[in-house]
Amino acid sequence: MSEQSIPAPPFEVADRPPSRTPSASATSDAPSDTRSDAPLSRQRVIPLRHPGRWIATAVVLVLVAQFAHGLVTNPFYQWGRFQYWFARPVILQGLLVTLEVAALSAVLGLVGGIVLALMRQSRNPILRAVSWTYIWLFRSVPLIVVLLVLYNFSALYKTLSLGVPFGPGFVHFNESALATDLVVATLGLSLNEAAYAAEVVRSGILSVDQGQHEAAAALGLPRGYQFRRIVLPQALRAIVPAYVNQLIGLIKGTSLVFYVSLLDLFGEVQNMGSTYPGDVVPLLLVATVWYVVLTSVVSVVQFYVERHYSRGALRTVPPTPLQRLRVSLRQLRERADFGSTVNS
Amino acid sequence: MTGTTTLTATAAAVEVHGAHKWYGANRVLDGVDLTVQPGQVAVILGPSGSGKSTLLRAINHLEQLDVGHVSVNGELIGVRRHGERLKELGERAILAQRAGIGFVFQGFNLFPHLTALENIAAAPVATGRATREEARATARDLLERVGLADKADAYPRQLSGGQQQRVAIARALAQKPGLILFDEPTSALDPELVGEVLAVIKDLAGSGTTLIVVTHEIGFAREVADLVVFLDGGRILEQGSPAEVLDNPQHPRTREFLSRVL
Repeated sequence: MSEQSIPAPPFEVADRPPSRTPSASATSDAPSDTRSDAPLSRQRVIPLRHPGRWIATAVVLVLVAQFAHGLVTNPFYQWGRFQYWFARPVILQGLLVTLEVAALSAVLGLVGGIVLALMRQSRNPILRAVSWTYIWLFRSVPLIVVLLVLYNFSALYKTLSLGVPFGPGFVHFNESALATDLVVATLGLSLNEAAYAAEVVRSGILSVDQGQHEAAAALGLPRGYQFRRIVLPQALRAIVPAYVNQLIGLIKGTSLVFYVSLLDLFGEVQNMGSTYPGDVVPLLLVATVWYVVLTSVVSVVQFYVERHYSRGALRTVPPTPLQRLRVSLRQLRERADFGSTVNS
Repeated sequence: MTGTTTLTATAAAVEVHGAHKWYGANRVLDGVDLTVQPGQVAVILGPSGSGKSTLLRAINHLEQLDVGHVSVNGELIGVRRHGERLKELGERAILAQRAGIGFVFQGFNLFPHLTALENIAAAPVATGRATREEARATARDLLERVGLADKADAYPRQLSGGQQQRVAIARALAQKPGLILFDEPTSALDPELVGEVLAVIKDLAGSGTTLIVVTHEIGFAREVADLVVFLDGGRILEQGSPAEVLDNPQHPRTREFLSRVL
């Protein structure tokens, strides 16, 4: 029982119990733990074994391996064609359109959502009603319908003009010149997005404690300052995860702009698919991978934004993956050092 | 702090006249008249639900009175005189009035996303009373004054309840108010932390600032108060010096309350 005289290492050496030498367990059979020289308090607890976990792990690993094997070997996927299409200029052009539409609608939708949320919190009943109706309407109408109505908008209104309401107009726009496919697509997505963003922002504002509003009011902070510096930063903690959810939906929702003849990532894939019918599956895989890449980037950004707004809400800010890696590397090194000193 | 006592000799620090307030059918304030002189420490006692907090919150217009009016240093709060009538003030004017009145909450209500220093320095900058540098320097002085000089960069959640309340008091002081209102400042604290907060308030009592404190700390009232007010059912049943109200209460309700609290 030599290892019990070694001072307990400051960390877990491995997740299995210190191995007892077979001779020791053979000579003193049953309660060797209590009769050892070291006091009970200095002994390491033998972790409980979980055979069920190991079996489940094995089953899942086999299934995953089978799936991966099928993915690679099934000729149906045509990985060669996938590789061919993946970074084609046509596809990248479509990707650019997707990014452009998604980014514009995300920003416009969020700004619109904040305005709508503030209108719903307003003391003016007309503003409240307008905001409520807008949200009700745009959450009720399918996005594709919104897009198609906007697409046909120029047939309904030939010109748009700025001027006195119901009176003479000063500036006239030719609708068909103004409403390019990109404008129609972005507008449709933004209108839709704003309705959802409004509710996300409102939920964030509601999540801020009433005492914060009172404290801000009692200090005499100007109204705009109260919202921008006191309420919004705290609301964002609740807003960010919900809005990122919304954003991911938006990124995928951009695939609908194909129907207003804007060639985004999905549009280009569809287009190429009808030109090269044999490549439909690899083309769909190309689109899948690009969408996965986009949402992954958003998720990474989300982590850091959430971390930023957790200041003060958590006693310690969670470590970034890089910091976690550094810590585990240091622990590994310490573990190795400890091992070498024990061996020598 | 209050070297600028440019008050007219007659203006009381706080005057409440005929204050009535209902929450629905529930009458919370039922004709309260209260006068607190500049530099005085007034302690408001009373059972829960007696209208203490509502009265205090009416003084800086966090609550609007249904009937009656409040003036601070002779200036009407939340309304202005228009001939024979009173007109409601705009939000901006009300916020400006509040900036001159400190308020300390039972639940501290520090801004959790700002450090202790930022909590204190925010308002003077936002209301244009100081530049950023001035406000931060003042904030450091105030933190030192409440014994938390080393906690400038701590976030409220990293502080104990007593420390948070001391930061909240420093935050109220940063606006250089002539009047500070305390709404049960120690009720949310562990018994062992009550002392440190009361010590800070006692320290202010000698400084010339007018203090109105809603509390259940009778010992504190006896030691520090110039005026003790006993409120029950939305009415002031008794007021006077600590010796009068605490040691020789006239009203049976006051006696009953004190016997339960002491």
